[in-house]
Amino acid sequence: MRQIVWLLFCREWRLAWRRPGDLLNPLVFFALVVSLFPLAVGPEPSMLRSMAPGVIWVAALLATLLSLDGLFRSDYEDGSLEQWVLSPHPLALMVLVKVLHHWMMSGLAMVLLAPLFGLMLALPLSSLPVLALTLLLGTPILSLLGAVGAALTVGLKSGGVLLALLILPLYIPVLILGTGAMDAALQGMPVTGFALWLGCLAVLALTLAPIAIAAGLRIGVSE
Amino acid sequence: MKPLPVELDSLACERDQRELFASLSLQLEPGEVLQVAGPNGSGKTSLLRIMAGLLPPSAGDMRYGGDSVFSGTGRENWRQQRLYIGHAPAVKGALTAEENLAWLCALSRPVENDHIWQALEQVGLRGFEDVPCHNLSAGQQRRVALARLYLEQHPVWILDEPFTAIDKAGVAALETHILQHAARGGLVIMTTHHGLEHLPGVRCLDLGQVN
Repeated sequence: MRQIVWLLFCREWRLAWRRPGDLLNPLVFFALVVSLFPLAVGPEPSMLRSMAPGVIWVAALLATLLSLDGLFRSDYEDGSLEQWVLSPHPLALMVLVKVLHHWMMSGLAMVLLAPLFGLMLALPLSSLPVLALTLLLGTPILSLLGAVGAALTVGLKSGGVLLALLILPLYIPVLILGTGAMDAALQGMPVTGFALWLGCLAVLALTLAPIAIAAGLRIGVSE
Repeated sequence: MKPLPVELDSLACERDQRELFASLSLQLEPGEVLQVAGPNGSGKTSLLRIMAGLLPPSAGDMRYGGDSVFSGTGRENWRQQRLYIGHAPAVKGALTAEENLAWLCALSRPVENDHIWQALEQVGLRGFEDVPCHNLSAGQQRRVALARLYLEQHPVWILDEPFTAIDKAGVAALETHILQHAARGGLVIMTTHHGLEHLPGVRCLDLGQVN
């Protein structure tokens, strides 16, 4: 069991490393959206500060959504997914490894970049740890929920719009909690409640989403 | 592992409200090679996918050694027993032949690199072990997938069009390998448009005539 997880991780790592474009796309999108905002709305620090949490969270959310569309598609098209489904190893575990790998390449990288963009958007230094923490708890939820949609739309030629329609409503609680925590931090109020809620959702997604993803892929493969 | 007989019991398949085949019953003993034939769209691939466990049948059952392969312990056991190589060969273009095989075999049981190299040599890919598969021709990519037949220990093989894009010498080698597997007591179920009449002991199931 441990061996298959490790081998799958190595395989995903190699695949990502040999096609670095796919790896960079969501990060470039994230950076572009966040850095265009100050140019569009003006460099007034107080305005930037009030907008910053929303801009960073929406950019992270859309970047994740964009990158998830193709998560399972190439494996579906070349027949790899059939072999996964047929394997005696639990499919839910394998998709969990795949999604976590994807999160490390996109979500975790955004968590590391976000404080930098926070500074650019005039956020006070004291609020940056909160930004990183909420993104650290929130982006895995975005990746896991999005992967459920990606699994359900895997057989469709262009599932991008359908994926967005399916998944965006589920992203809204995460968005509200994430930006709510930042607003509270900016006003000097405690953020523990928001962080605990995000943690709850993250644990819930981590537990249940792999089962839903596996079920979705089984349907996709049997089409 | 000792192979057991496979039994199809009035199996039926429906796609898009169209019946492809119905009440298909068949008994396969270890050591047999079954060629599933029939015109395009007669349900060859669907039958193989049902047998592999990718597609649920619309009616009927399939048993391996007496246990249904669609539920319970029978399904778990069947997962260990059958090797399915589909129309899409599951070969990743960005990975090398060796990496592809290591991963595909690890999905059932990890194998050593020496064995992978030997298998690649047997399918005529010596010297291509470290080449990313998108640099290989279609036939060579198919050979990478077929090298699993030399590596894995499953008694039952389910092969969908294994000869696609393979040259004459490769086809002959593969036919020999399939017959050897059957002679060892294995079971092979395959679709192909390539004639197998010259091979001894190959049973043919014509889905065009079943309907």
